[in-house]
Amino acid sequence: MYTYNDFDEAFVRERVAQFRAQVERRIDGSLTEDEFKPLRLMNGLYLQLHAYMLRVAIPYGTISARQMRQLAHIADTWDRGYGHFTTRQNIQFNWPKLRDIPDILDALADVEMHAIQTSGNTIRNVTADHFAGAAKDEIADPRPYAELLRQWSTDHAEFQFLPRKFKIAVTGAAHDRAVIRAHDIGLQIVEQGGERGFRVLAGGGLGRTPMIGQVVREFLPEADLLPYCEAIVSVYNLLGRRDNKFKARIKITVHETGIDEIRRLVEERFAELRPAFTGVDQQILAGIRAQFALPEFDARPLDTFDAAYGDDPVFRAWVDTNVTDHVRDDHAIVSVSLKTPGETPGDATSAQMEVLAALAEAYGYDELRISHEQNVILPHIPRAHLPEIHRALKEAGLAAANIGLVSDIIACPGMDYCALATARSIPVAQEIATRFEELKMAHEIGPLKIKISGCINACGHHHVGHIGILGLDRAGVENYQITLGGDGSEDAAIGARTGPGFAYDEIVPAIERILKTYVKIRETEDETFLQTYRRVGMDPFKAALYPGKDKERAHAA
Amino acid sequence: MPRKFTPKVVTANRLMEGDAVWLTEDDRWSPDMAEAELIEDEAVAQDRLIHGQSQPDVVVGVYLADAKAGPDGPEPTHFREAFRTRGPSNYAHGKQETA
Ligand code: HEM
Ligand code: SF4
Repeated sequence: MYTYNDFDEAFVRERVAQFRAQVERRIDGSLTEDEFKPLRLMNGLYLQLHAYMLRVAIPYGTISARQMRQLAHIADTWDRGYGHFTTRQNIQFNWPKLRDIPDILDALADVEMHAIQTSGNTIRNVTADHFAGAAKDEIADPRPYAELLRQWSTDHAEFQFLPRKFKIAVTGAAHDRAVIRAHDIGLQIVEQGGERGFRVLAGGGLGRTPMIGQVVREFLPEADLLPYCEAIVSVYNLLGRRDNKFKARIKITVHETGIDEIRRLVEERFAELRPAFTGVDQQILAGIRAQFALPEFDARPLDTFDAAYGDDPVFRAWVDTNVTDHVRDDHAIVSVSLKTPGETPGDATSAQMEVLAALAEAYGYDELRISHEQNVILPHIPRAHLPEIHRALKEAGLAAANIGLVSDIIACPGMDYCALATARSIPVAQEIATRFEELKMAHEIGPLKIKISGCINACGHHHVGHIGILGLDRAGVENYQITLGGDGSEDAAIGARTGPGFAYDEIVPAIERILKTYVKIRETEDETFLQTYRRVGMDPFKAALYPGKDKERAHAA
Repeated sequence: MPRKFTPKVVTANRLMEGDAVWLTEDDRWSPDMAEAELIEDEAVAQDRLIHGQSQPDVVVGVYLADAKAGPDGPEPTHFREAFRTRGPSNYAHGKQETA
């Protein structure tokens, strides 16, 4: 894992000291709220409906046992004993007090963490595939590049006041687990003629105008990464629309300018910038890469695992859904579900964080990940230890065997916390999960991604959910729009709306009708919901959702 | 004919705690909406809003919210404002804890 050098340490401490002084000056009245707000946002501090919220970056989703323990400590000392893991590989604390924030930031700095650039019109926390370094299908670990990008973008003077926020995601595998096509810049590590480089996409984004990123460069040599990203951001910085917040993201710039013209401008700017990068960045990259070297794996026999797998059906079910193959056959990747049906998606109590930290320390080479799907990953677990891990997770209420199934729902905080929300999303997720648990249909339905946002900003990725749910305010009442066929993977697609929305108490039955229709009309048991939707389109689902409407249409015809 | 004015309350979040508060007739910020001053007149509402906004050392994000008279005092008319009087629905945190 990356460890801070003296510069990083001094920089983060300095920022905490600055913010401590800014908070003092806000409290004693020398700063107005208008002056203070941009300063607090630069340090991840929001004001929500019921309290402040502090958003802490977990760069590329990688976190050590010691850091996880510190998050638990912060939750217990200054918050309400839990934290909320988000789709951007951050953790949010929902109840901190203004005066405590500098102490929390110091406690974070003690374990090399911070909340810098988790808000504001800057380059945000760089996200990556949560299986990085452990996945069988990856060309290379994307995290050294993500860390290089983080160092380059943090406090980058030219990019502190971009037209709008800017998000970068990196994956090392062709199978996209990092939703790179919904990011301002998406990077995929590729190889061409034995040389390593990147496929570079730009202009993806969700929010009110969802767009899938387009390829700017099919193959970018590894050493050109920073100057090329700098070229993209600087072209955007000039062209991006500052006149209209809703048109300010790079997706609109790319859309309005056209990808060919953007490519021409980026290449032109790149040619100017390239000579300024004399190779220091590559030396830094080499240093970073050494810090991401894989652990010294212990070879372990598989007999205890095989025995438990044969004997214990609960363990077997959990392995089948939550455990993924690792680069080494005697190891595995464990996805710990933060989606126990009925619980808040992405929330972990401090006690659960302690258990996860202890497991990572005891069995997992001290490493944990946070996935954009709001789950926790133990990326390197010897298979021999899986039975013990499963036992400990069961005791901690973390053994839900539902990864990738109907109850593994992404949900943004919505109206329960967020000041921008137009409807709730958390209880909708809780009720869908509980309902399908009652129906015992999860395995019958199979792989499914439901994603819920509490407003058009789409923090819950609803556009790329196989089933997306968007909560709106229709004349003072919560109303939920459904989209079908979205996909956040390498076959990225924006979902299509089914039609009129549903009231709060109608949304769970509506989802049930969709899924029962799917089970009825799929060609084989192996055909997933998404495949069925792609084969048959919207009509059968529409008919199930709006039965009266169908008759009307028949009459009219 | 002028549009009928919907009654309002002045509301904000407290600077230090961040919790929701409402402006009372006697110029306190109460965590209980029922104690708020229900304002029936548009000019008075603007006046009270400015009064609220002039206290940046106490509150943040002052605005006028629609409200209606209830048996115990002003009540919210919109679900967003109703949530602000209670807290989130996934945990018994916030105001509902002490209510
Ligand atoms: C205080 C709470 C939050 C605020 C004020 C907020 C604000 C916003 C806004 C305004 C947008 C739209 C940006 C645009 O279209 O230009 C957005 C998008 C987004 N936010 Fe949030 N958000 C909040 C919480 C979250 C949380 C909890 C997550 C993670 C679960 C998150 C992740 C995202 C993602 C993934 C997008 C869409 C991707 C994109 O930027 O196009 N946000 N957010
Ligand atoms: S989607 Fe809307 S409601 Fe949900 S967190 Fe984002 S801004 Fe808030």
